[in-house]
Amino acid sequence: MKIALPVLAALLALAGGTTASRAEDNDWSVIQRGLYLTRAGDCAACHTVEGGKPFAGGYPLKTPFGTVYSANLTPDGDTGLGTWDEGDFYRAMNAGRSKDGSRLYPAFPYTHFTYVTREDSDAIFSYLQTLQPVRNRVSKPDLVWPLSWRFLMIGWNWLNFDEKSFVPDAGKSPAYNRGKYLVEGLMHCGMCHSPKNVIGAEEDDPGDRFAGGMAEGWLAPPLVGGSREGIGDWSEDDLVQYLKYGRNGRSIAFGPMAQVVSLSTQHMTDDDLQAVATYLKDIAIQQQDRGTKETKQAAQMSDDVKHVGALVYATQCSACHRADGKGVPNMLPPLADSSFVQADHPRSVIRLILEGGKGVATSKFPTPHKMPAFDWKLTDDEVAAVATYVRNSFGNGAPAVSADDVEEVRKAQ
Amino acid sequence: MMAKKLPKVDVLLVGFGWTGAIMAQELTEAGLDVLALERGVWRDTSTEFGVTNVQDEVRYRYRSELFEELSRNSLTFRNDTSQTALPMRKLGSFLPGTNVGGSGVHWNGQTWRFLPSDFKARSHNEERYGPLPEDMTVQDWGVTYEELEPHYDTFEYLCGISGRAGNLNGKIQDGGNPFEGPRARDYPNPPMEMVYGPTLFADAAAGLGHHPFPAPSANMSQAYTNPLGVGLAPCSYCGFCEKFACANYSKATAQTTLLPVLMQKKNFTLRTESMVLRVLKDKAGERATGVEYVDTNGDTYEQPADIVILCAYINHNAHLMLLSQIGQPYDPRTGEGTVGKNYAYQITSGVTLFYDDKVFNPFVGAGALGMAIDDFNGDNFDHSGLGFIGGGYIAQWQTNGRPIESHPTPEGTPKWGARWKKAVRDSYLHAIGISTHGSVMSHRGNYLDLDPTYRDVYGRPMLRMTFDFTDNEHRMSDYLTDRAAEIAKAMNPREIKVSRRTGHYSIVPYQTTHNTGGTIMGTNPRESVLNKYLQSWDLPNLFVMGAGAFPQNAGYNPTGTVGALAYHSAKAIREQYLRSPGPLVQA
Repeated sequence: MKIALPVLAALLALAGGTTASRAEDNDWSVIQRGLYLTRAGDCAACHTVEGGKPFAGGYPLKTPFGTVYSANLTPDGDTGLGTWDEGDFYRAMNAGRSKDGSRLYPAFPYTHFTYVTREDSDAIFSYLQTLQPVRNRVSKPDLVWPLSWRFLMIGWNWLNFDEKSFVPDAGKSPAYNRGKYLVEGLMHCGMCHSPKNVIGAEEDDPGDRFAGGMAEGWLAPPLVGGSREGIGDWSEDDLVQYLKYGRNGRSIAFGPMAQVVSLSTQHMTDDDLQAVATYLKDIAIQQQDRGTKETKQAAQMSDDVKHVGALVYATQCSACHRADGKGVPNMLPPLADSSFVQADHPRSVIRLILEGGKGVATSKFPTPHKMPAFDWKLTDDEVAAVATYVRNSFGNGAPAVSADDVEEVRKAQ
Repeated sequence: MMAKKLPKVDVLLVGFGWTGAIMAQELTEAGLDVLALERGVWRDTSTEFGVTNVQDEVRYRYRSELFEELSRNSLTFRNDTSQTALPMRKLGSFLPGTNVGGSGVHWNGQTWRFLPSDFKARSHNEERYGPLPEDMTVQDWGVTYEELEPHYDTFEYLCGISGRAGNLNGKIQDGGNPFEGPRARDYPNPPMEMVYGPTLFADAAAGLGHHPFPAPSANMSQAYTNPLGVGLAPCSYCGFCEKFACANYSKATAQTTLLPVLMQKKNFTLRTESMVLRVLKDKAGERATGVEYVDTNGDTYEQPADIVILCAYINHNAHLMLLSQIGQPYDPRTGEGTVGKNYAYQITSGVTLFYDDKVFNPFVGAGALGMAIDDFNGDNFDHSGLGFIGGGYIAQWQTNGRPIESHPTPEGTPKWGARWKKAVRDSYLHAIGISTHGSVMSHRGNYLDLDPTYRDVYGRPMLRMTFDFTDNEHRMSDYLTDRAAEIAKAMNPREIKVSRRTGHYSIVPYQTTHNTGGTIMGTNPRESVLNKYLQSWDLPNLFVMGAGAFPQNAGYNPTGTVGALAYHSAKAIREQYLRSPGPLVQA
């Protein structure tokens, strides 16, 4: 339901001065901003279970150390945030502490949300308080001992976390600073796109920032580096198009990133997406200044692999990706010059061939194109051959893929 | 048990194929709450039609996965009223679809406009050739080509039709079809890449003084984004169109042109696995009040609506009209009544050419890939002294080289055994076909009514089809076949095989899924079921889409005209009916 702002203002005026502070909490524009920021933070990805009530929590987050279940963010008194106030919420965001003071597990990205301003945190809280309360008691974490002892998070935090607030860089543009605030804070891009250390925290060496990571078993590509390592050579416009529409001329979001576009970035303003792009490009350039990795050499393909790979490509792949590997812009992604195809480790390429992947419907491109699964149709040898073939054709170059690699991914499915 | 009554909707669509999707899109745009009831299940390209599985001839062509299920609801058939009709227990002559997208999912994509004279078949022919035979119940449509032109255009741009204009605003264009009615602008996409066979055909036809042109195709010649923002990908010429779904987003269907936009609308609801049993009327019999339908649990529901639009395949629309006792059933003895009248079809024939030295790679194909001539369609030629009216196009299509279905053999080849196998091997790469695609004029004895004996699984009398080719059709088809054979000979093959359409119509061998009539449109309620806006003369809030509205069938594939009629109707509903919900044409 939409209430026109003038109507709301009139109601507030009638309410008089005594309720002014409460009226402010419910200000429609604050709630709208809270909704916007909740989307920018992609909160629904973890706090809404597919088919469940919005933000009622209970989504199992699988970590290398066990499973943590996302919290119920609805204003239910017993099981949600019904008894919380703005201060409690800000402490969770900024310091990773629950209302009772206990430490949250860092599957909740407070390491990023610590940058979120009090004003934005309050707006998100205002929005969450307007949700329909849902009674849903979320399961306790199921973690390996001794991590089930929450107090150990003191040590983890000591190693990996400082409460921070966002300090703009005066030497940079407002767009850069807005982008940095979003990327490092609410959008928590590094959760997937930066490598993790052995205890699951993002590497803090600046050289590792956005150097690529894993998300739900998929490669989350480096946001830096050249076309053979990452998407560092994407233009700002490429990035904006991708985040807004789930696709650009070079790639199509699928898997976890399709969900990010669907729930989060497609709802963001052009200005904010432009700011995100400005910041990411700035990092990419800084990384390049430090010197990019060596250009990969094409693998030597045996005649047999070349023959089988070309045959499988022609009969199974070329109808969509086209004979020249260039795909169809914004519909069927190109394989030529694709960082995904040429990733160091072929795990995700193999997995995509085996499982397929589905794009996302957005305002400008309403058809969610899908690549079908080939696991039932191609042998390990054929998958290996065609993967090697596409990684070393159309100007691409990347290490060869073996049938053993394919078998390993197949087993992990 | 009483049917549960559901909340009323603004618009109810019965069936959700091409016309259902078009009406849903147009009427939701007008702000109406639209509900579509589809007997089948949901399906879209990304979930159902993978490049990994769509080319399964056994599953789709021979086990009929995309076609309607006759064990639930079929029709009975006879050639004439002296016979007893028997149920059609296996699909043959025509292959209607079921499930979301309807028959449009498995069409070839041959997308034509009818000729201006086709819409005035009676008045035009009588003016030129004198009175038609008494039993020929040919009628004018009540709508003209000029009125439909903008709606043909809308449908062609929705679909991204590949073709070349032959008549732009009255100016004849080189390389297009010079006989077509004037079009306001060119096709949205250039013609498809021609393969060898069609170019040979075009050269020979031009040599004989005919006017070959690339046939209009709903297979994409290049990537295309339609006016709704839905993207279609270039065709890969895999040769699995007709009888198959396209996995490459390359063939225009409801799924690839409309549904991605429509399914996101809050004022549109699709309810699948909901079989409509009849249309409900008010006590006075003056308005439709909704429909009764049954779901897969066997529970029945009453779904009220302000506007009811029948969007099912033609036999089902006519069946619902008859079962719901809307209008007067047609009686072939008296010629009175209209519902079920003028059922018609398509008459086809072919010539196969066998070469020794030329290789055609038939596996490189697409449903509407070919060159055609229109010199012998409609009234594009003088029929004086020929003994028939109507005509058809002649084309060399390269639609497929599907291994189970498509293996031409020369005259005299046995039907099985070593010699058959050798002939298949020798001919597969070296044979092409020329086909003729003829009109079927309506005839007093060709009609649809309710069968007196057989009932469907819902306990309703089945629809009975009474149909045969008449002398007019045979003479016309023979004439077209002779012209095709002349072209074939001019193409210098080793030998040709001429396959005429002879004798009675048979419902067994596949011909075309171009059934027409039964709920025909026209200029007055005495002779037709619907007015020019596809609105029922009897119940003004009931509209009936589809080729059932054709008073007789022209020499073209019907889908282009079905689409144009739907848009024409939608415009009238939006701009006239909603303001004043009554008859749009005064009887």
